[in-house]
Amino acid sequence: MLRSPMDRREAIKWMLTAAASATLFNASGFAADGGPPPSMPAGVGYGTDPDLLKTYKPGDLWPLTFNEAQRQNAAALCDVIIPADAKGPSASSVRVHEFIDEWISAPYPGHQDDRALIVEGLAWLDTESQKRFKGDFVNLVPRQKNAICDDICYVPRAKPEFRKAAQFFKRYRDLTAGGYYSTPEGMKDIGYVGNVALEKFEGPPPEVLRKLGLA
Amino acid sequence: MPLITSSKTQPSYDVIVVGSGAAGGQTAYTCVMEGAKVLMLEAGRNYTPETETPMFQNNSQAPLRGGSTPDKPFGFYDATIDGGWQVPGEPYTSASSDPARQFWWWRARMLGGRTNHWGRISLRNGQYDFKPKSRDGLGFDWPINYEDVAPYYDKVEMLIGVYGDNNNLENTPDSPAGCLQPPPAMRAGEQLAKARAKKLGLPVIPIHRAVLSIKQDAETLPKKIHPNNPRAQKLLADSMRARQACFWATPCGRGCSIKANYQSTTVHLPPALASGNLDIVPNAMTREVTMDANGKATGVIYIDKTTGQEHAVKAKVVVLAASSAESVRIMLNSKSARFPNGVANSSGLVGKYIMDTVGASLSGHIPALENLPLHNEDGAGGAHVYVPWWLYKEQLAGKLGFGRGYHIEFGSGRQMPGMGTSAGLESLTNGSYGRQFKEDARRYYGAFMGFAGRGEMIPNEDSFCDIDPEVKDKWGIPVLRFHWKWSEHETRQAKHMQETFAQVIESMGGNIRSKPAEDGAKAIEPGGKIIHEVGGTIMGADAKKSVTNQWCQTWDVKNLFVTDGGPFCSNADKNPTLTIMALAWRASDYIVAELKKGNL
Repeated sequence: MLRSPMDRREAIKWMLTAAASATLFNASGFAADGGPPPSMPAGVGYGTDPDLLKTYKPGDLWPLTFNEAQRQNAAALCDVIIPADAKGPSASSVRVHEFIDEWISAPYPGHQDDRALIVEGLAWLDTESQKRFKGDFVNLVPRQKNAICDDICYVPRAKPEFRKAAQFFKRYRDLTAGGYYSTPEGMKDIGYVGNVALEKFEGPPPEVLRKLGLA
Repeated sequence: MPLITSSKTQPSYDVIVVGSGAAGGQTAYTCVMEGAKVLMLEAGRNYTPETETPMFQNNSQAPLRGGSTPDKPFGFYDATIDGGWQVPGEPYTSASSDPARQFWWWRARMLGGRTNHWGRISLRNGQYDFKPKSRDGLGFDWPINYEDVAPYYDKVEMLIGVYGDNNNLENTPDSPAGCLQPPPAMRAGEQLAKARAKKLGLPVIPIHRAVLSIKQDAETLPKKIHPNNPRAQKLLADSMRARQACFWATPCGRGCSIKANYQSTTVHLPPALASGNLDIVPNAMTREVTMDANGKATGVIYIDKTTGQEHAVKAKVVVLAASSAESVRIMLNSKSARFPNGVANSSGLVGKYIMDTVGASLSGHIPALENLPLHNEDGAGGAHVYVPWWLYKEQLAGKLGFGRGYHIEFGSGRQMPGMGTSAGLESLTNGSYGRQFKEDARRYYGAFMGFAGRGEMIPNEDSFCDIDPEVKDKWGIPVLRFHWKWSEHETRQAKHMQETFAQVIESMGGNIRSKPAEDGAKAIEPGGKIIHEVGGTIMGADAKKSVTNQWCQTWDVKNLFVTDGGPFCSNADKNPTLTIMALAWRASDYIVAELKKGNL
């Protein structure tokens, strides 16, 4: 199976690194075992001194991968994973599928692996949809989409014939979640209320301490 | 005197300082405040945190949601320019292909060096840490005591601004009144850890970090820091007034445009430049120290990266503050008839006894932290608490099986979401998707804690660097080759770390996410990975057994000094930056005094 560039352990480290001190945990999920990762050749990635103040959009830095059909398929699967509800919009409405296209098109190690996994996975989804319901995934009704996703949503319970598709779904869910919850809408949805200047930092409010039995 | 180009340098200076980070910044600051004329050479570009720092940017504004790439290994917004584990065109090599014997070397090529992104953890070495061999027979004693350094710790803390408090714990020095700023309130997970770890005998106390929790007292502090020097007092007071207190948002690793945390570029260099005594040449890659016939240093040769031209600059004193390994590289590449094996290397010890910090980590899912009422946990952009080493007596009694201790750092809280925030939840959610997944994501957000140990490595004969006989960088300068080996003191310590973290996580009612390694060699991070590399020009009381004396002055060349981590002859679990600054200040006081006496 293709190596996931960010396994759970790395993901937790990454999450912590993002806000804790930069050197508290290693943030690199891409390092080769043993030695430090090699540097990128010049002109391939965004380089070692990119403009940090600019807002980047998918396609600004490297050519994207999806054709129109893949884009629609990707958006549909994003919304099966993260639909709109009372607390937040759907993933595709904040363009998470475009972020996934950016991710799988990136020239960095690991991303090429994701590109193969995602492109093949989306194709499998259409093949499976045709096989079961005589239509492309995007055109299925929610009950039909769920019937397929139920078979691939959890690797340990996936039947052998769905094992590879389940690996794809697992990765796709992580990319969708990461893409979504890092947007302003997703941050609000998950309950992140920081990134605002405060006069004072007073720690957790009393109701939090009561819940923890620390009040 | 300001930021200049190569063509604008003066014919001669009092002091040349190679490097602009914690060591170079402190050295230049101290010297110029006492009236010395200083030239600072920085191998990277000029950098202006006030205008370049991504404050408040969220991850969706960055490529790849701000995640790690080989171009930016600590993420897109990390304040590292042209650096990381690799610097393009400036390689280093490893003597061994064995994965366990690799050394990772993090560099930055920017004004202020690694002080722009560092963790800001600022812990004092204690009494034991300066005399480790006397205590347990291992490694080397320093030629100085805690009492020699304490006044400099005081001054550095007051200058840069460090939050924390005093806890009267063994080998964990208290600061005199007026040195520290108030520590920020503990976050929910930090408070829970404090309550539960207490039963295990682990003291969870406020960590010390170089972040202003309140505005500095510009009326009082400069007078304490520079008694009898009204001009320095005024320059420092002006600089302190230009710094704001933390507004409790934006991770410190991005740097800080309001100057609330310590970076050389926002704290040391502005008042130093305002003195009129400092010239800084950026993009200046120092190659070697130049010598006269009498064995004194005359200056350095550097390569101007903007033109590729070589330049020779001259001074009465040369201070290497390029980072411990880079300073070693410069010394070993400075060959002359008198010093065929590199300048100031009659002992043969330049490059020997390099050390990093021992690192191991473990994370846990803490159900008590699920579904907490929404609240802002950004805090000071880094940790608020830690656990200092607590088993000194057991260790000295030989009960632990490894020689030195470690402290514990935590990562917790409802931090700004990124790619890891809701990744890999399926073992907890049975692979949920749809509305249920959204509920699960909210439930588990902030319910994970990471624990990282940071421990002392004992210097050994197998960990050193020398010059690679074949490889040169793009400037034609021979590169460093690293040799590395952990001893069982370190691997057993790493195993102990993970076992302790598992106990702490269980004490919090949590579940570990992976089992502690049976073999400490599997738990320990590679050498260099913690980015605390020190040693290579170790200080001592004997010229045959050390490279530098207690003043960071090379034994062989009296006007050549090394003020970075190179002179460390032990590497306590305490993060080295505060000690680097304290020793650089102490060495600089000596340099200024000796210059005034005409001894250099």
